[in-house]
Amino acid sequence: MAFTLYSLIQAAILCVNAVAVLHEERFLSKIGWGVDQTVGGFGDEPGVKVQLMNLVRSVRTVMRVPLIAVNAVCIVLLLLFG
Amino acid sequence: MDLPHQGYRATKPRARAAPPTADSVLFDDTSSAAPAMNSQGYYTPGYNMAGPSNNMQGGAGPDLFADPMANAAMMYGSSLANQGKDMVNKEISRFMSVNKLKYFFAVDTRYVLKKLMILMFPYTHQDWEVRYHRDTPLTPRQDVNAPDLYIPTMAFITYILLAGMALGIQKRFSPEVLGLCASTALVWVIIEVLVMLLSLYLLTVHSDLSTFDLIAYSGYKYVGMIFTVLCGLLFGSDGYYVALAWSSCALMFFIVRSLKMKILPSLSPDSMVTGSSAKPQFRLYITVATAVFQPIIIYWLTSHLVR
Repeated sequence: MAFTLYSLIQAAILCVNAVAVLHEERFLSKIGWGVDQTVGGFGDEPGVKVQLMNLVRSVRTVMRVPLIAVNAVCIVLLLLFG
Repeated sequence: MDLPHQGYRATKPRARAAPPTADSVLFDDTSSAAPAMNSQGYYTPGYNMAGPSNNMQGGAGPDLFADPMANAAMMYGSSLANQGKDMVNKEISRFMSVNKLKYFFAVDTRYVLKKLMILMFPYTHQDWEVRYHRDTPLTPRQDVNAPDLYIPTMAFITYILLAGMALGIQKRFSPEVLGLCASTALVWVIIEVLVMLLSLYLLTVHSDLSTFDLIAYSGYKYVGMIFTVLCGLLFGSDGYYVALAWSSCALMFFIVRSLKMKILPSLSPDSMVTGSSAKPQFRLYITVATAVFQPIIIYWLTSHLVR
């Protein structure tokens, strides 16, 4: 299993893309992962599910615009160099 | 003769920032007096020239040139180099704190030897607690339990060289293989650190493990890998498996004892009662999973080198 750094970058781009396409109201709310369902534990230690939901939401918010640029660059590179 | 050399040296931006004098714990300089001579931060290794020829700091030196044009060019060049150096320092310190990185490289020979012994034979080491000095962790020079980045870096490079040598012995060497091996090992380190960070975040473990700490703990496995590959080359396939078993056990013990101190006791006593009961289990799972991952990756990265 010989990796190059570029394959790591590709894998990371694919994973972030996968997280970014999760739609808020069509999908996440249906399975109970919407933003309105995070209010739950008032203790100082939120559970794993709340952390995961927060992570998904923040990744979607932050990476939406840079992903457009990164995907475009990746597509161009793949077209040129295979 | 000498002077053009010095001029060249002065304008070459080997940027090494001057050590902050306030932090005496970190910069207890045990090396020779050579760095103290160039207080403006120019790093001129081995330049022990005393006297007037040492006045390259700040551009006082170029007056020794006969040609005024060369003087002016020299001063302009050195001021440009200064600006470039400042800009590079500023940009780098935006991404990662250079001081934090310097903490990990503040090692000395005694620490390295003791740490290597602990890595290979951790069973007799008694005290695994990382000592603090007024809220800042002690440097590796003063505390043998502190993680450092020197050993992982050197072990990584040695592993790549050893891999090249092992492949050469099997007559499968080519220069691309070295780069492939290096990037594969680096990618595995990055993956492991990212998985650790993700799991620590998801389980809200408020430990003081920074990214560099995790890189350090993840890089200690290269010492085991080097030992395993060496034994495999010297003693054949049997030696390889014996060494693999030995270094796997030692490394697992080391990782569990070290991470247990950092991850598990970070529960504050009052939240222990109200927190969910699944918490301590998950932290234990993380520690054990990290430990179990080490021999797997050692075997994966070294088995193709020893046939």
